[in-house]
Amino acid sequence: MSTILAAKGVSKKFGDHIALNNVSLEIPKNCIYGLLGPNGAGKTTLIRIINQITYPDTGAVFFDGEPLKPEHIATIGYLPEERGLYKSMKVGEQALYLAQLKGLSKAEATKRLKYWFDRLDIGDWWNKKVQELSKGMAQKIQFVVTVLHQPKLLIFDEPFSGFDPINANIIKDEILHLKDEGASIIFSTHRMESVEELCEYIALIHQSEKILDGKLSDIKKEYKNNIFNVGLQVSEQNDIVKKLGDTHQIWAPTYNKQDEQLDFKIQLPSNDTGALLGYLSEKGKVNHFVETIPSANDIFIQTVKSKTK
Amino acid sequence: MGKLSLIIKREYLAKVKNKSFIIMTFLSPVLMVGMVALVLYLAMLNGSDKRVITVLNESSFYTDDFGKMEDVSVVKLKNLTLEQAKDSTEQLGYYGLVYVPNASTLEEATKESYFYSKESPTDGFLNELEDIFQYRLKQKRLESLGVSEDQYAAISKNFSIHTATFQGKENLKGLNELNAIIGGGFGYLIMMFIIIYGSFVMRSVIEEKTSRVIEVIISSVKPFQLMMGKIIGTSLAGVTQFVIWVVSGSILFLVVFLIFDLDMEALENAGSGLPQAKAMNVASSGMEENIQQYAEMFLQIPWVSLFSFFLVYFILGYLIYSSIYAAIGAAVDNETDTQQFMLPVISPLMLAIYVGFISVFSNPHGPVAVGFSLFPLTSPIVMLMRLSSGVGEGGVPVWQLVVSIALLIVTFLSIVWLAAKIYRIGILMYGKKPSYKDLYKWLKY
Repeated sequence: MSTILAAKGVSKKFGDHIALNNVSLEIPKNCIYGLLGPNGAGKTTLIRIINQITYPDTGAVFFDGEPLKPEHIATIGYLPEERGLYKSMKVGEQALYLAQLKGLSKAEATKRLKYWFDRLDIGDWWNKKVQELSKGMAQKIQFVVTVLHQPKLLIFDEPFSGFDPINANIIKDEILHLKDEGASIIFSTHRMESVEELCEYIALIHQSEKILDGKLSDIKKEYKNNIFNVGLQVSEQNDIVKKLGDTHQIWAPTYNKQDEQLDFKIQLPSNDTGALLGYLSEKGKVNHFVETIPSANDIFIQTVKSKTK
Repeated sequence: MGKLSLIIKREYLAKVKNKSFIIMTFLSPVLMVGMVALVLYLAMLNGSDKRVITVLNESSFYTDDFGKMEDVSVVKLKNLTLEQAKDSTEQLGYYGLVYVPNASTLEEATKESYFYSKESPTDGFLNELEDIFQYRLKQKRLESLGVSEDQYAAISKNFSIHTATFQGKENLKGLNELNAIIGGGFGYLIMMFIIIYGSFVMRSVIEEKTSRVIEVIISSVKPFQLMMGKIIGTSLAGVTQFVIWVVSGSILFLVVFLIFDLDMEALENAGSGLPQAKAMNVASSGMEENIQQYAEMFLQIPWVSLFSFFLVYFILGYLIYSSIYAAIGAAVDNETDTQQFMLPVISPLMLAIYVGFISVFSNPHGPVAVGFSLFPLTSPIVMLMRLSSGVGEGGVPVWQLVVSIALLIVTFLSIVWLAAKIYRIGILMYGKKPSYKDLYKWLKY
């Protein structure tokens, strides 16, 4: 698969502070790429380097195979985390201005803006001043301005902050729609449930270094600990838990007398479940036997904690 | 280039459409003209308020002389003692009492004369009063030498020496002063423009920071483009405002003059008043000659080159200072944090104005004036003050002009470069009040 953006050994220092240390990334085309990391990890610096707001001290960034250059700005759409609009300008003329700065002609920008304003049901805001809008309304305009010039690469930094759940959903659907239309998307957030929902790939940046990246499903497989949730129907609790506990790690055993069901979590030494399943079915009826898959949240917390210096 | 012009246009429109800007643009001339009109009106009121003095003349001299005083009416007292005269003058609330004692000669009477008043009299009034005595004394002495009153008037005509440069060009007296006033006016204009529109630039940068629109913009344009666009757009708005002020101000002044029927003569009377000249009948033709001379001087001032250099110094000076203002705006989060940086910016401007008015006035081509007109942070103001005397012979030497402009251009390039660096880092820094040390660090990022 070809990459839309590749960072190779990118480092950036601000005085004595190292903001990025030898970070390399490959972002595949036409996917949603989650850029994760605690506050101050260096995500914003990386994003600013991609947008050519700052420049790396060492290392290089490649856009669609070419070294990043000023002309690429017109093919990138960036919704920063710290975002706002000119308060005293009218919505329409402001959106036009921002679109023209991205290189659209006035006529083309007007046409596309009308389309997007209709699409998001905000057509009647054109002549309103920004200071009359609510925060969520202003966010919608900013979203439109970000995507208006049909960039190949979209960078959303916390795109859902400031939205109510309904509008957050609308924006989420629009992001997915843009991806379907061929855009590649970098998605930076702290909200793990949306990472889970949207991202195919993730990279985790911590203390200025990349500590994890790859396909989310692969990472999850890697982070599986062979922990299984077991529900076993037995007439008596007996000493199943105790016996298994001698050789395995077991958590939260509960026995429900009425349903005659024993529930627990067990960790196996390997992915081989045959022996355990055989043993369990001798003792009773296996109602469920499910491998627990770590959530993105678990992976985030676990990795960051283990790698914190 | 396309993006730069977009930014300039937006900054210009944002400024021009701003309500307080519109109000200031149209209200200021009205206020200014109103103030001037009020001052003139008050001066007229003050002028027409005649002082009343009493005269107790026990001698046979000065019988009608005091009536000649400007804006003073005289009440003659008779058959009173000095004490009674003083009392009644005070009781009546008059300005004062002139007392001329009885004496056999003019000299003696004059010597023993007194002016009594409640408060100490103004200099102008006293001069006028003294002139009356003096005129008579002189006349008396000349009479004893056999000179008649008419002859005296004829010889007291003013004389002025002819002056010329070594090359034979005619020099006019007072030209230096007039030049310095005109140059000072230009210099002052530059300072005001820099301070007012520089802080507009600064405020506009701060607004972009606080509204968080900055990162959206600079993901599309270079910070340097944004900064220059802002500076140029704001200054164009300033020029617009300025042109409106000049045009509407002139129209308003015209209207005011028509309404108040103030001609130049009335102005002069209200302003300084040259009462002796009139009272003593001293050559009014001399006045006319003076006016003619001043008009000649006015024409002799190199207006075209003055205006062209005004533009050069104005543009360079404004760009230097407004880049500094932009950098300050970028470094801080709100306007209150700008205080610590303002003093170092304004002090060279202030210094330039003071040095200009004190040192250029007295000696336009002296070492202090030359030094400050070469130093780039003060040269836009000080050099303009000197330039009204022309370039080359008798004016500013060409080499000084070249050096000063060259220094200004070098400074302009380096300051814009430094300011752009601070600007680039500063606009993305939030929450911290930066120190000079921080700014220095940013330069190295």
